[in-house]
Amino acid sequence: MNLTQNKIPVYVTNGTCVTPLGINLIDNIQGIKDGRVAISKNIDNNLQKDPFYGAVINKELLNKTFSNLKYEGQFSTLEKMMLLAIDEIANNFKGQFNDKCGIIISSTKGNVDALSTDNRETYFLHHLAKKVSNAIGLETEPIVLSNACVSGIMAISIAKRLIQSGSYNHFIVVGGDLFSKFVFSGFQSFQAISSEPCKPYDKARDGITLGEASAAIFVTKDRALTQANSCYEVIGDSSINDANHISGPSRTGEGLFQSVDNAMKEAQIDSSAIDCISSHGTATNYNDEMEAQAYNRAALEKTPVFSLKAFFGHTLGAAGLLEAVISLAFADEDLIPPSLGYNEHGLTLPLNINNKIQEKKVEIILKTASGFGGSNTAVLFKKCITDEK
Amino acid sequence: MEAIQLFFLKNALQMKNNIIHYCNIKNSEVYLDGKKLYSAKGEEQFSSFIKGVYKNFDLDYPKFYKMDPLCKLAITTSSILLEGIKDNIDPNMAIVLSNKSSCIDVDLKHQASISQGDESYASPANFVYTLPNIALGEISIKYKLRSENSFFIFDGFNPEFLIKYANSLTLLGKSNSVLCGWIEVVENEYNAFMFIVKQETGIAFTKENLIKLI
Repeated sequence: MNLTQNKIPVYVTNGTCVTPLGINLIDNIQGIKDGRVAISKNIDNNLQKDPFYGAVINKELLNKTFSNLKYEGQFSTLEKMMLLAIDEIANNFKGQFNDKCGIIISSTKGNVDALSTDNRETYFLHHLAKKVSNAIGLETEPIVLSNACVSGIMAISIAKRLIQSGSYNHFIVVGGDLFSKFVFSGFQSFQAISSEPCKPYDKARDGITLGEASAAIFVTKDRALTQANSCYEVIGDSSINDANHISGPSRTGEGLFQSVDNAMKEAQIDSSAIDCISSHGTATNYNDEMEAQAYNRAALEKTPVFSLKAFFGHTLGAAGLLEAVISLAFADEDLIPPSLGYNEHGLTLPLNINNKIQEKKVEIILKTASGFGGSNTAVLFKKCITDEK
Repeated sequence: MEAIQLFFLKNALQMKNNIIHYCNIKNSEVYLDGKKLYSAKGEEQFSSFIKGVYKNFDLDYPKFYKMDPLCKLAITTSSILLEGIKDNIDPNMAIVLSNKSSCIDVDLKHQASISQGDESYASPANFVYTLPNIALGEISIKYKLRSENSFFIFDGFNPEFLIKYANSLTLLGKSNSVLCGWIEVVENEYNAFMFIVKQETGIAFTKENLIKLI
């Protein structure tokens, strides 16, 4: 049996996001085009005495925008961010809620700050998931994926598989994580926080900048439901563990290479068909070098690659999804976003870092992510041709 | 005669995933394929109990002592399950684990270390374990499984989901077998249930059976 030929096509559409750059997709895309960034200098004595860089959402604006929506009850900051991200999708696809429609929530730490309060119940990721799914009136049991920094993009892959194997017809996928003392202090203890806004792939890069965001997308097997101006088929996906180290990536990029290779095999394409790569690019020495190894092994060293971390910071469980949503929105206009912060090549191998917005016909996009626990994910998206609809 | 042969051929081609081995660690006891292998009744501390299991089964993996409680439980359960089939482990075997409380014990430890005002300092040795999927990474490293890994969180054991997702992995050719399970530990309350599913003869991979076996 040729599995590839018998696979049900699965599409993504209606991507949205909430970041410090804007509380909707349009504001985020315009922000990037204008060269604005979500990262700013912050002063918070609770975190550390010296100022630090981070991408932190304006909570006043968030609360004000959220209060204009119809949701009743008490919600945490992260729940508000997630509901703001899925509000439009929930309205657009309400008609599919009773047609085997699931929800996947990707988050690494959820409402982790609840650990230091008396309200311990809100720590549990399922609690957060249930609040979000109840708020939009979806009755199926929410699925929480908590798989470090690949969670956001892996969630699309899980949705695709559960649709292709016949268990579901549609999924709302939402990812989110906060800028928390919990995570900030942890990365500080690793000496992995950059003293300046992060500089992916640059010679002077010295670590990550953290951020907070939520992002969402609708995944479906029903092509007719997708928006004419933004529809992508998920043509290949794979997540292969490095089996090497729990906090450092494989030096040879083994897991990422295998993930990309498997995704290309499933899509029945070779590397030359890929128009651009939306990479992980955290700006740590090890991560960026590992990606260079993997992309070179996959013969992708000439393909334009960009990291969005210098715009949004590392948004953990939201990152892969946020970056996919932004990349697809640029691809709608046949544009490749810039990889900000890159001046001098800082890798031992060549890569085609796309350092300014480029006009190019974009048909196939590769999104990858890598994270703690040795995790890697690669997903290939292909633009839907309008007249096929 | 021909019809019977065809019937068997068809069945062989469409053989379903079955549970071929399973391991439980709960209530101070260890079971493999339903058979009790170790008991420390009366041992109420998780940390002493799991150390006792580690020693009893000669797991010989010093990294064990560095791990957070979730990884200790995961590496112990998976080792007891996999040592029996060691020569026959498929390097492409996927790992799909789930629980309710993520890695709450080490999260609390990290949170306490950063909540002491000026005295606060985080330990990288703790922080690195503050993600539930680290347990998948530890199992992958020990058994060299370069494979699909995912960690899910539900309010309770969710056999329907594990069946749907594990079956999708084999159906879509992402892996030939899946190490699946529920792995929950909060202080001294714990329950680990891991099993291997594969297209081989075994216990039917059904919701009823999983509820019975956990």
